[in-house]
Amino acid sequence: MHELSICQAMLSQVEEIAQRENASEITRIVIRIGPLSGVVPDLLQQAFTIARAGTIADHAELVTEEAPIRVRCLACGKESDAQANRLLCQSCDSYRTQVISGDELLLASVELNRHTDESIQQPA
Amino acid sequence: MCDTCGCNITPGNRHLVEEGGKHEHTHDGKVAVEVLQNLLSENDHQAAHNREHFDRHQVLAINLMSSPGSGKTRLLESTIDAFRNKYRIGVIEGDLETENDAERIRAKGVPAVQITTGTACHLDAHMIHDALHQMNLDSIDILFIENVGNLVCPASFDLGQHRNVTLLSVTEGDDKPAKYPVIFRAADHVLITKSDLLAVLDEFDPNKAEMAVRHLAVEAPVSLTSAKSGDGLDLWLSWLEEQMAEQSARRREGKTATPTIAPEGQHLHAHG
Repeated sequence: MHELSICQAMLSQVEEIAQRENASEITRIVIRIGPLSGVVPDLLQQAFTIARAGTIADHAELVTEEAPIRVRCLACGKESDAQANRLLCQSCDSYRTQVISGDELLLASVELNRHTDESIQQPA
Repeated sequence: MCDTCGCNITPGNRHLVEEGGKHEHTHDGKVAVEVLQNLLSENDHQAAHNREHFDRHQVLAINLMSSPGSGKTRLLESTIDAFRNKYRIGVIEGDLETENDAERIRAKGVPAVQITTGTACHLDAHMIHDALHQMNLDSIDILFIENVGNLVCPASFDLGQHRNVTLLSVTEGDDKPAKYPVIFRAADHVLITKSDLLAVLDEFDPNKAEMAVRHLAVEAPVSLTSAKSGDGLDLWLSWLEEQMAEQSARRREGKTATPTIAPEGQHLHAHG
């Protein structure tokens, strides 16, 4: 339900990057989301179609890379896959683990078209 | 549906929506820019600013999260009574509508600012910042932020708090931590509340609830409490006293603290 807020925050960052890069248009936004971030990729996609309107990312594609949940065991040192509600070590069953992947909420990359000299000189 | 009606546009983040200009479109020279920045970096930046503000005024900030009706306000009322002669308390209340909770807190003689989010399902760092303008932090030792009752969204937004507390009332079922792992994983202390009702709710097993929390790799204390009978409240109050002592020690060393499981962005943007 908070995906629209997150989408707006993302677009605000994208706008900054666009200005810095002298972009004329954002064509693609890649984000990396883990299940433990509390954000649902499908809802973010829906929110994006609304939030992008009128921004420089108006025609951009939003690509979500889903990061798998991985934990490192603080007891035995091994790394293993885990589930959102079961973050135990698969080797020794300890709950003293650290999430090393799966809680990401990252803007990974942005693809854009730059203003060219030609386009800037075009008459209005 | 929430994502189509714009209900997540809060007074705190509205400026993010209203910003942003239109640009001329061309189709040459596509460039890929690697960013690797937290999606909520603007919120995180504001949260870090709030945290600095708390530290400067020597305030310990605690964020309370739970479902609606799990007893957050009732817990605060008992906490205020217990610490009346020990700590000066302030409260920021988050709800969609009404001033009811703030009024309950003020009736205890404690300053309270009510944030009404309209329809937004969580508090964010900008809303807290705005609320802080209405609160004199110099006259407070502990600031409780009672988040909007919701077991999903509040977990994703750093507010600048030092510690998170997640409440689970016995009427909700002992499998809630397994169903809502993100918010329970964020807890520095899990309080199982309304334990006085266990006598008539034999389907809730506090040990099962604790196991579900442990399965999230959470080492934080899990305390069984009743704000009504007072049972187990000593566990909560002594934890708060420890947090106060730690906060004072950190202040002397010029350090701060974030909740143990901080959102990704806080690792990427360490503001000291």
